[in-house]
Amino acid sequence: MHGLINRSIQNFVTDSYGRQSWVDVALNARLGFIDFEGMLMYKTPLTPRIVDAMCAVLMRPRGDMLEDLGTYLVSHPRLESVRRLLRFGGVDFEDFLHSLDDLPDRARLALPDLVLPSVELHAEGEGHFNLICEASLVGYGHVMLGVLRAMADDYGALVVLEHCGHAQGVETITIKLVETDFAEGRQFQLGATIA
Amino acid sequence: MNAPSGSSLHHNKSRHGGLTSHVLDVLCPMHLIVDAEGDVIHLGPTLRKMFAGLGVVGEPFLETFDLQRPRGVTAITDLRLAEGTKLHLVVRQPPQTALKGVVVPMDGAAGNLVVNLSFGISIMDGVRDFALSNADFAATDLAIEMLYLMEAKSAAMEASRKLNLRLQGAKTLAEEAAMTDTLTGLKNRRAMDQILTVLVEGRTPFAVMHIDLDFFKAVNDTLGHAAGDHVLQVAAGIMIEETRESDVVARVGGDEFTILLPNVSNEDTLRRVGQRIIDRLCEPIPFGEAVCRVSASIGTVWIEHGERPSIPDLLENADVALYASKHAGRACQTLYTPELRSKPHLRQPPPGRRGG
Repeated sequence: MHGLINRSIQNFVTDSYGRQSWVDVALNARLGFIDFEGMLMYKTPLTPRIVDAMCAVLMRPRGDMLEDLGTYLVSHPRLESVRRLLRFGGVDFEDFLHSLDDLPDRARLALPDLVLPSVELHAEGEGHFNLICEASLVGYGHVMLGVLRAMADDYGALVVLEHCGHAQGVETITIKLVETDFAEGRQFQLGATIA
Repeated sequence: MNAPSGSSLHHNKSRHGGLTSHVLDVLCPMHLIVDAEGDVIHLGPTLRKMFAGLGVVGEPFLETFDLQRPRGVTAITDLRLAEGTKLHLVVRQPPQTALKGVVVPMDGAAGNLVVNLSFGISIMDGVRDFALSNADFAATDLAIEMLYLMEAKSAAMEASRKLNLRLQGAKTLAEEAAMTDTLTGLKNRRAMDQILTVLVEGRTPFAVMHIDLDFFKAVNDTLGHAAGDHVLQVAAGIMIEETRESDVVARVGGDEFTILLPNVSNEDTLRRVGQRIIDRLCEPIPFGEAVCRVSASIGTVWIEHGERPSIPDLLENADVALYASKHAGRACQTLYTPELRSKPHLRQPPPGRRGG
């Protein structure tokens, strides 16, 4: 598993619960070290282990925890680059939803070793969508739920999201897009990062 | 991606030639149309955004744009000749955006030209200067993907750069640790070998000083290893103090030290340095209630300008000189001369020293 994913989980715990909590998670997961390095590769089983340890140490349900992780990835100021890269996907929230199919390819374009679980958007008409998430990591759908919630805010769209459980290795999220321009979203300028 | 929007009804319906300008607005949002007189008569939606309030429409094309290549185009008739070739233009107004373009005559419209523009490599400046968004580029344009890629790659590069800096710091520390004698903080034999290799390759005169503590074994045996370690640390401190910063002091064995002295121009200097070290090492060293007494024997080889000895020969010569000092009653320094080797009883290195 790419260190970037593990390091993101570490940053989430550290920024939300403090350094000591992360140290406890790392010990509980029997990592044998404390800090992940974002640009190194780690063995795949480490990631489910830290997610399990995180739920055990912080005593929170897995779904809630992973949804918070997804929200954190998009909305924390420290991870502005993630939000920006996602915003490249589309001019409005619906456009963004359609870009999710390309998400693993876009990630690979940036970092050839970064393999994200694939997701598939099914448009059901009248603003209804299903997002099918391949869940090699149990609960990945919850991460995506958090990401979608935060991105909807970012675009200023009003949406109703629901995680519909998992079956046969996939998790499904239902999305009802109530209003695309519900609120003033956050600004996104293509050239904003160049000083 | 949304199609570029915002064109007025007038623009949508107007025809400037074979293609309606609506079609051009969608396919080439950065195109403009120039009439036979050389005046701009239409701007695509992205150019309208870039030139908002500048009154470009109705003005001569060459007054808004400075055509840098092909050179010498001063009239619109020249521009017509550049059909199909790549144009390099600069907008005359600040921020003097550089653009690439291509010009083609419009089918059917008398003398009208279409000029399609692009930011080329200055895309980053363009999107920043004009606050452009996804909607300002044609859906088929790879500009957005390129911007995405530039941003993603620079984020990844930045993360890699930070990792490299951390790894480099760790490497330096590890190398330092591998080169250092942990008891005294002096360089170890590995470090000494490396530096000696450089000195031998070089062209400047230098010296190698072998120092052996006399009576060290007695200190260890009677007062214990803690006292011995203390003596080694004090001796190390003395050698550092009595040499220059450019000299290298290494602990190469239990109570054996080697000092490399680059740029030594004469033997007197060596005699003085050696004597100072001996004098100070002969002073009693307090250790708790006890007092440790040692002295030092030194064998020194001076390599004059232009000599290129082999390292094993060099170290062996230093050993021969050191053994001569031991033989002469300790607490003294001997400078190596080939004559020392002709004294048979001196040719065997003292016990405990490695050969070569």
